Amino acid sequence: MQKEEYSKLSEKKTKNSDCIKDVTKAFAVGGLICVIGQALFNLYTQIFIIDEQTARILESVSLVFLSALFTGVGLYDSIAKIGGAGTLVPITGFANAVVSPAMEFKAEGLVLGMAPKMFIIAGPVIVFGTAASVVYGVIYYIVTMCMT
Amino acid sequence: MDYLYSFIFGGLLCAIGQILISKTKLTPARILTGYVVAGVILYAIGLYEPFSKLAQSGATVPLTGFGATLAKGVAEAIGEKGAIGIITGGLSASAAGITAAIIFGLLAALIFKPRRKK
Amino acid sequence: MKKISTGTYKIESPVKFLEYCAVVGQKEKEGPLGDYFTNYSADEYFGQETFEKAETQMQKEAMDHVIKKSGFTEKDIDFIFAGDLLNQCVSSNYCVRDRSMQFFGLYGACSTMVEAIILSSMVIDGGFARRTIAITSSHFCSAERQFRFPLEYGSQRPPSSQWTVTGAGCVLLGDGIMREEVPFVDKVCPGKVVDMGITDINNMGAAMAGAAVDTLKRYFEDTETTPEDYDLILSGDLGKIGHKIVIELMGKDGYDMTNNYDDCGKLIFDAEKQDTHSGGSGCGCAASVLTGYLLPEMQKKTFKNVLFMATGALMSPILNQQKESIPGIAHLINIKI
Repeated sequence: MQKEEYSKLSEKKTKNSDCIKDVTKAFAVGGLICVIGQALFNLYTQIFIIDEQTARILESVSLVFLSALFTGVGLYDSIAKIGGAGTLVPITGFANAVVSPAMEFKAEGLVLGMAPKMFIIAGPVIVFGTAASVVYGVIYYIVTMCMT
Repeated sequence: MDYLYSFIFGGLLCAIGQILISKTKLTPARILTGYVVAGVILYAIGLYEPFSKLAQSGATVPLTGFGATLAKGVAEAIGEKGAIGIITGGLSASAAGITAAIIFGLLAALIFKPRRKK
Repeated sequence: MKKISTGTYKIESPVKFLEYCAVVGQKEKEGPLGDYFTNYSADEYFGQETFEKAETQMQKEAMDHVIKKSGFTEKDIDFIFAGDLLNQCVSSNYCVRDRSMQFFGLYGACSTMVEAIILSSMVIDGGFARRTIAITSSHFCSAERQFRFPLEYGSQRPPSSQWTVTGAGCVLLGDGIMREEVPFVDKVCPGKVVDMGITDINNMGAAMAGAAVDTLKRYFEDTETTPEDYDLILSGDLGKIGHKIVIELMGKDGYDMTNNYDDCGKLIFDAEKQDTHSGGSGCGCAASVLTGYLLPEMQKKTFKNVLFMATGALMSPILNQQKESIPGIAHLINIKI
């Protein structure tokens, strides 16, 4: 049997997940996390009278904290099973990607296990995010130089 | 209205991520990376700033917001300090999120032990 | 010559399953075969500090149990054939480091249990040993951290993915002149590495099914038998998808597998209730179902003539990231009583 033929057969036998259901759940869970963020933002700006820029930073930090806490007690992966991309895309997903390997690889020591493995999943986010921002910076700098 | 827009736009960005997972078999790490880079690009072409004003946390909480923060930081730093801002702007602006993830990750690793998935 | 036709071997002197034991985790205990598993631990760490040590502990418990129940001492046992999924086969190496028996470490991914039994049968039949131990294990948590993601990482498992069984299975094989009515190895058919070009690490069943079909066909041709000649044909961990592929491909060649063919990965979990998607997998899957369920049932003569085939996906995360496909292998034995 040819590999192409086999690959077609295996795809035929592989049931795909219910896409509409998954997308709806991702929408709801992801939306809810953003609402929690907004609630925190409103709390900081309206009750504690903090300026908006700082409040946005605090909002991110608070969500990262909550995500770390939920990851630590073993709830984040249970929510993620339902939420899928809804728990992956928000900043809480980034925090989960940092916290979970940190916990997992503590067994190999803090210096050789936990710390270097912290960014095995989230590392590319920082590398390519920073790289993209530098590319943008170079373009932005040249454009502003030419315009003045 | 802030809550409604946060929910709808934040939810939509996540829904797009879910469609990418189902239809393209992209791994989570690739999707996250794609979102951050997309955030940088959307900010660069001037779309993310007005989107954030409308969508509120629906724009800042998803990882595209992280990308936009990096790009905004670079632009502002260039405005203040010139060319050196290309290097310093991005990570300075996003330092809070990254530092928080590192510190809380460290604390969680010290306190908690991983358990079997249920 | 013990070789039958092209690659199946008749074991001439009796190689009997003198003793056997399965040790499993909580989820396996809660599964459909739960009543068969008397040795289990509700603690996924098995009283140890790390998951690798937990897996070693499972092997130790299974081996201790087998040796104790058999009435033999380590001096009476010539070789250990053992393997697991972890790099450098650490679970097996660390299990046997306190033992005085000579040791062969094997890697055949999830097919290792039958690989170990085939080699045991050959050395016993060849006169190199009187008794050997074959033992393998896998642990969900140690496999996840080596092959996939950290446990607490929020990832969704696609429907084709399989759930690594937390379990160890150990058998003591020997010429067993004293024991009459116990299951024995009648024929063995070692596998070939077959690569059907599957690259999806979340679809191991499809990656292995090609090898399973290759081994089954060779066996049936060599022995001039058909699936109907056996009470049960059991594959190791093809899961729902691999199981379906095998039935379809064998059917195309005129072998009807629809009546008496099942899969350990399908038996050990209730896929719906336990959310294990395509089914169980891992070295511990075939090993614990063989030692916990199949051999005791054969002892009761529920089945008298069985084909047991463990399948392995020889997957390496490194080679997979280098865009290589996943080779598969399937080792088969014919067990009779």
